Amino acid sequence: MSDRAGSMQKLTYRDAVRDALRDALRKDDRVFLMGEDVGRYGGCFAVSKGLLDEFGPERVRDTPLSESGFVGAGIGAALGGMRPVVEVMTVNFSLLALDQIVNNAATYLHMSGGLFNVPIVIRMATGGGRQLAAQHSRSLEGWYAHIPGIRVLSPATVEDARGMLWTALEDPDPVLIFENAGLYNMEGLIPEDAGPVDIDYARVRRSGRDVTVISYSASLIKSLEAAEILSKEGIEAEVIDLRTLRPLDEKTFLQSVARTHRALIVDEGWRSGSISAEISARIMEGAFYELDGPVERLCSAEVPMPYAKHLEDAALPQVDKIVDMVRKMVGTNG
Amino acid sequence: MKTKSRGKKKPAALDRDHALHLLQSMIRIRSLEDKCAELYSAMKIRGFLHLYDGEEAVAVGVLEALTPEDAIVATYREHGHALIRGVSAGCILAEMYGKQEGCSRGRGGSMHLFDDRRRFYGGNAIVGGGLPIAVGLALADKMQNHSRVTCCFFGDGAVAEGEFHESMNLASLWKLPVLFVCENNLYAMGTALRYSESVTELTRKAAGYDVTAEAVDGMDVLAVEAAAKNAAAAVRAGEGPCFLECRTYRFRAHSMFDPELYRAKAEVEEWKKRCPIETFAQKLKNEGLLAEGDREAIEREAAREISEAVAFAEACTWEPLEDLTRFVMSERRTA
Repeated sequence: MSDRAGSMQKLTYRDAVRDALRDALRKDDRVFLMGEDVGRYGGCFAVSKGLLDEFGPERVRDTPLSESGFVGAGIGAALGGMRPVVEVMTVNFSLLALDQIVNNAATYLHMSGGLFNVPIVIRMATGGGRQLAAQHSRSLEGWYAHIPGIRVLSPATVEDARGMLWTALEDPDPVLIFENAGLYNMEGLIPEDAGPVDIDYARVRRSGRDVTVISYSASLIKSLEAAEILSKEGIEAEVIDLRTLRPLDEKTFLQSVARTHRALIVDEGWRSGSISAEISARIMEGAFYELDGPVERLCSAEVPMPYAKHLEDAALPQVDKIVDMVRKMVGTNG
Repeated sequence: MKTKSRGKKKPAALDRDHALHLLQSMIRIRSLEDKCAELYSAMKIRGFLHLYDGEEAVAVGVLEALTPEDAIVATYREHGHALIRGVSAGCILAEMYGKQEGCSRGRGGSMHLFDDRRRFYGGNAIVGGGLPIAVGLALADKMQNHSRVTCCFFGDGAVAEGEFHESMNLASLWKLPVLFVCENNLYAMGTALRYSESVTELTRKAAGYDVTAEAVDGMDVLAVEAAAKNAAAAVRAGEGPCFLECRTYRFRAHSMFDPELYRAKAEVEEWKKRCPIETFAQKLKNEGLLAEGDREAIEREAAREISEAVAFAEACTWEPLEDLTRFVMSERRTA
């Protein structure tokens, strides 16, 4: 990488998503962005700021507060030959569009016996940690990953925030991209000419021999911080970024577990009936005899998110909790 | 209120060939539906089955206003629309049999008939769920400068759904080429409009979104055809969406599981006197357009078409079990 050092750029996750949108709008006339406040307001999280001026109101299209209506319109536009990027402000509001996402986008190809695919990309902010209380702090991406017929992406790095969108747009089927709102200000270094990345495989973000920590999105960043602390104590955690929650790339984490013999799943979603439960089951099915101990999970407490900061902090997976749990797992905690 | 904003064109003098074509179309639908009921009893067709008997004038009249380039989004009561659009009775019946030669490979059944070559975007079985899709198809046409119409059928029950209101607003706001056709058969499954709507005059709801709206006798194929042609012309001319309410009645139960506790037999019998096929045939007879033997010839031809379709469906094959998980995701990854 040293020969490319001169061509690296530092940008935020937010800038990376905006660059990806701008790039897609430039490359393909069929692409347009549609959603609540994406135009004149500049995007609820300022992601699409400036795009209206560059591409005009036809292609950066403000919608009324009609989640079902405009998500469905995106599905129809995709069926009609366009490549819509529909922004639902946050995952919480996507519940108002569930009918269109689950009953239409995810089923059209199958119900029509392969005649009608739906090349739509639906982006939404997700996650808690900003004292927004129960109705604005959900992490439901694992819940969406239950549904056959859609792809579910959760970019955790600036590189993925920049690169996943174009690959998703090239995909013939519906792709949901979950951007953890807590990551928008995160900075990262990526090449000036950073481009599309795959949306099929998990990545080993940090190698280690003692335990496999499986995570994604904002929890991945916390897991990497925890791994840094643990490393100073001589515990080497291998940290896996799932990147895509559906379909799950189980090979990457099963191979890792086969090396480390321990697995911890860190997930901002709730524990019951969750993606963490699914990963745990896959490990039982695919790597049971490799395990030196039970699979552990660190998830959000099973409460609607409280507003008070100390309660919210306690409800979410945190770096210190990850560190404690890994210590226990490798048997070095006192 | 923006109802009937344009002067209504007087229907031209009825041409005999056209009249017979309309009659034949309605009889083809009725024959298909009656055969479906029979095949359901014989357990050849399973699942939900919603029949269109009594409402034939709506699909036949409206589809006269569409070109092959236009798109159709329909409901779970869509056999007639598919048939008149040109999907063969054989492919429709094979679909209901669950055979792989069916128009949706047996993955959809009665409620999910699809045809890409005919721009038939399904049979949608969530009430109101098809309206936003129609809005999007029209948006794609507008953005790509196609002068095509997307015709969206839905029932009176759908007007209670938020998706109806969101779609009316979006289509009107963006002046999209959608022809909304409400097939008002007076009952949302078993609940009459007066028990579910504060305002039962449906055109007023569309007018509230500044959508041109008209109500028409849905038992009169000529009235439906004339109104649909007017509306489609306005939509095609870029005047924005139109809403056409067709007041009709379904002669059969909502589905094969419905004991019809919510309506009186006398009411059904009263409506049957207004059967779109019988009243139209009578009109043609009165006007000297239906010659001796014409009706019988049409009936015979329809019976032949449907019996060939049954034979086709019977001879079709079951998709191999190895293919179960196909068509969940596309087999080619590039869009």
